[in-house]
Amino acid sequence: MSTQLSLGRVARAVAAKDLRIEMRSRVVVNQVFPFAGLVMVMFAFALDNDDVLTRVAGGLVWLATLFSLIIIIQRSFAVDTADGALEAQRVAGLDPAGIFVGKALAVMVQLVTLEIMLFVAAVVLYRVQLHADGAVLLVTCVVSATAGLSFVGTLYGGLTAGSRGRETLLPLLMLPVVAPVLIGATRATESAFNSGGAAVSDGWPWVGVLVVFAAVFGLGGILSFGSLIEE
Amino acid sequence: MDAQTFNARVATPTTRLIGALAIVSMAWVVIGGLFVTPKDVDQGDAVRIMYVHVPTAWVAYLAFIVTALASACWLLSRKHSMGFDRVAGASAEVGVIFMAMTLLSGSLWGRITWGSYWAWDPRLTTTSFLLVTYIGYLAVRGLGGSLEQRARRSAVIALLAVLEIPLVHFSVLMWRSLHQEASVLSGDGDIKMDGSMLTTLLVGVIGFTCTFAWLVMHRQRVLAMQDAMQMTQLDAALRERASESAIEGSRLT
Repeated sequence: MSTQLSLGRVARAVAAKDLRIEMRSRVVVNQVFPFAGLVMVMFAFALDNDDVLTRVAGGLVWLATLFSLIIIIQRSFAVDTADGALEAQRVAGLDPAGIFVGKALAVMVQLVTLEIMLFVAAVVLYRVQLHADGAVLLVTCVVSATAGLSFVGTLYGGLTAGSRGRETLLPLLMLPVVAPVLIGATRATESAFNSGGAAVSDGWPWVGVLVVFAAVFGLGGILSFGSLIEE
Repeated sequence: MDAQTFNARVATPTTRLIGALAIVSMAWVVIGGLFVTPKDVDQGDAVRIMYVHVPTAWVAYLAFIVTALASACWLLSRKHSMGFDRVAGASAEVGVIFMAMTLLSGSLWGRITWGSYWAWDPRLTTTSFLLVTYIGYLAVRGLGGSLEQRARRSAVIALLAVLEIPLVHFSVLMWRSLHQEASVLSGDGDIKMDGSMLTTLLVGVIGFTCTFAWLVMHRQRVLAMQDAMQMTQLDAALRERASESAIEGSRLT
């Protein structure tokens, strides 16, 4: 009898495990969310101009998301490397591609929750106007950008997990890779907000870039994650 | 293979020939670039930066192509020959230096011709991202672990960079564009440059390429010696441990 679990089942189990750990420890909710909120306030201190803040709100939301992503990924792999849990999963015969997808899904859920909070903060603090005609664009942008960020984060998080100097190496490796997401998501969000007169239709090509990015790194991660976490 | 065997093979006729070619062509570029070629009608003497800027940019991109190809060869080859990994690492190291030179010479040139050290143009931005990406690649190579682990990790990172760079370039291209159109290899096939300038530029490309090849060949030999030394030290430590346990075993019996 084959005991090999399918990629989907492994992914669901790993995602449920990571989210259960977060539900019980509440590290992301109690520490990362307030950190992201603080970053949004700090941006306002640095820029010190209401009109500029409204104009660049989209970029600031995504920048705060990127900073938080680094911490979320480090947290996601810290729970797995502390007691050799990642090796245990490998030894248990779990498909590395399933582990990759599962961890990325858990990160995705946490990031989307964070982004909702950040968009609410942008409306309150930066006086951004949300329009009904930009809502579909905004939701599609959030989903596709978050998928891309989660895939890249999980991929590089797995590589640096358990290594010396991982706290500094992760941003060095990850931030250049997610630059297209920052550019694409910022432009699409500005279109959804009509910031600086940007039309909603201008945002859709950027969503295309985000979808391609997520697909490329999702596939890249599924194919290479096993090689990266293997000891 | 011990360190002495490598030592005897540090310089081969091929590396000597490449080294000599590099010296001759570099001398040509210095003399041709500074004294023989004319000033540019618009840019004046500033155009002479081109004889360094264009070849270093070419070599930097060539270096990263070599790294990607060597990494792919390591992953795909059955024997996983460490030679591929060392060539990939050596090429990335040299590539990072040439890419930094490209950005430095480019920003000096930009200050004179565009009026600013930096412009958010797609080619420039992609190049700077490439530099950071390969600095990260070198950091991954320094993570430690077994030689096989180093080779596997860095090969995957090098191939992921191949996915990343076109995406960065395309997204910045969509964002904005300002860079000077390519003068030598324009789409219509016309070469828009004075004869001596073009010759000096092409000799520069050959000279910098030879320098790159010479550096990579020597660097990968140094890496091979380092790996051999690491293995020798590991073997010595294992022998020492084995003899200790043999002594302990004899005491017990």
